[in-house]
Amino acid sequence: MLGFKEIKNGLLVSLWFVFLTFPLMVVKVDPVERIVSWRWENSIYVAIGTFVIYCVVKIIMQHRTGNAAVEKEAEQEKESIIHRVLASPKQKYTLIALLLAVAIAFPQFSSSYQTNVMTTALMYVVLGLGLNIVVGMAGLLDLGYVAFYAVGAYTYALLNHHFDLGFWAVLPIGGGMAAIFGILLGFMIVTIFIVNRLQDSRLGRAWIALREDEIACQAMGIDKRRTKLVAFALGAFWAGIIGVVFAAKTTFINPASFTFLESAIILAIVVLGGMGSIVGVILGALILILLPEYLRALSEYRMLAFGAILVAMMVFRPRGLISNIRRTYHSDKKFHPPIQH
Amino acid sequence: MDYFIELFCGGLTRGAIYALIALGYTMVYGIIGLINFAHGEIYMIGAFTAFIVATVLSIYGFPLLAIVILAGFAAVIWSSAYGYTVEKIAYKPLRHAPRLSPLISAIGMSIFLQNYVLLAQTSNFLPFPELIPEFAFMEPIAHIVGSTDIVILITTAVIMLILTVVIKGTKVGKAMRATSQDRTMAMLVGINVNRIISATFIIGSALAAIGGLLIASHIGQINFYIGFLAGIKAFTAAVLGGIGSIPGAVLGGLVLGLTESFATGYVSSDYEDVFAFSLLVLILIFKPSGLLGKAETKKV
Repeated sequence: MLGFKEIKNGLLVSLWFVFLTFPLMVVKVDPVERIVSWRWENSIYVAIGTFVIYCVVKIIMQHRTGNAAVEKEAEQEKESIIHRVLASPKQKYTLIALLLAVAIAFPQFSSSYQTNVMTTALMYVVLGLGLNIVVGMAGLLDLGYVAFYAVGAYTYALLNHHFDLGFWAVLPIGGGMAAIFGILLGFMIVTIFIVNRLQDSRLGRAWIALREDEIACQAMGIDKRRTKLVAFALGAFWAGIIGVVFAAKTTFINPASFTFLESAIILAIVVLGGMGSIVGVILGALILILLPEYLRALSEYRMLAFGAILVAMMVFRPRGLISNIRRTYHSDKKFHPPIQH
Repeated sequence: MDYFIELFCGGLTRGAIYALIALGYTMVYGIIGLINFAHGEIYMIGAFTAFIVATVLSIYGFPLLAIVILAGFAAVIWSSAYGYTVEKIAYKPLRHAPRLSPLISAIGMSIFLQNYVLLAQTSNFLPFPELIPEFAFMEPIAHIVGSTDIVILITTAVIMLILTVVIKGTKVGKAMRATSQDRTMAMLVGINVNRIISATFIIGSALAAIGGLLIASHIGQINFYIGFLAGIKAFTAAVLGGIGSIPGAVLGGLVLGLTESFATGYVSSDYEDVFAFSLLVLILIFKPSGLLGKAETKKV
């Protein structure tokens, strides 16, 4: 599998990492007691760890170049199955019914912790879908998306606090959890269908055109400013709604809930899933939100692993998990024979 | 009047540090069009390396001057090494990927490096040794301008001068400017673009390391989170001055530092960020490409 050259490179790389991690991993000083402790064993771990990772990556790379073509086709197949389901009304309603049944049943059969985790994940699905309109479809980079989320949360919190408004207040606390979960799933389904509809609408096509080429877009008579503003407004709309849900769910908000990191994670959901792809965004949100939750077993190494996985996913799948297939129009099917699988 | 000068000097010092870090952002953006979110972490690693080396040497009883020089060298060397490695791992494979993909991998790298330092060292604030002594000749004006401020300002000025000479005068600098103008064209005239990108990361990281060393000895304590906060501020400075422009980063850093200093001094430290970012928004409304940025025109 690996030749002599790769082994040699692997050794050099691990040597480089031993050097790189030397001051931070090996030396530890106590500035108050004035004690220096040398942790040489860490160097050995780093050397072995780097070498193993290098070899694994090399083997994966060799494997991938062989199967690249096959993978690509399988991927398009996957995407089209979901699009086909969404396209036919009968299957669409079956899917909704199925998801609703899961939503009602889930809190009954699992612990409140599990429900909580799933609720959070679904909130991020909707947030991701909202940002997908701005970033994925219209191609505008929005690093302050979390602000709209905060606006929604504060609107609810202030209205509720000062005027006793909000229908969440009537929900009993115990049943509230399940209700939130169900309503969220409802939101998610509504979002999916709205975004899906949008994608094929005049506006959606204008966004995608804007993302691909602004100048050509203007030449075709699309009002650039209006189209961009609508994208921002629609994206912000979903964030605001989820902000309300978030405030109702946690019953406590402060500015620390809406940091830059939050924005970055929502952006990561969109890019990781595959920009402009609805299924991709759902998948991205589930992975990015459930991953740190289930990585809790790693305790303090949790965020370290999260960062590393984020980098690795981008390096191995730069176009996201599901890259959106471009719609092409064929004038006549006869002249385009189907691709042989 | 004394108070004004005090705030002015404090603002300049702060701005000089922002400028040092902002240069790394702006150079990388200029050359590969990427907002390197891990840059703040490189600065933090520089400060940590300096802290470790300085503390170890002071425990073993080295003289102050040797400590300062060795700690500075170590910070520069290791920060550059980290900057180089981060580029090779997280950005180089994504050179032809969609625009936002390297941004996400930069965010991942930033989270990774923060937690790496947290686990390898500690989450507590660590007292940074005082590397810059109080000079005797500064005694009469010490209540207005501290010795640290002067050292930081002079060091920054010297570094900026060296950087200007490197970029304007040397072969590497010429190649860097060529690559940032047109990467394909630079490749065609025989510039090793990958090497130039690496050089950019190394220079940017070295500047951040010096910034880390200076600010840590100025403030007197460090922890694993300082990189994130400084990174955001420096990025703001880079955008303010016009991202991609080197004099712009310096100007942006100074403007940001002075605004913050005056806002803290005359209004309240709670409003420091409000003023800084309001200024950013105002400038970007009237000059969308930043103070010294060139407006991009696209030919069809």
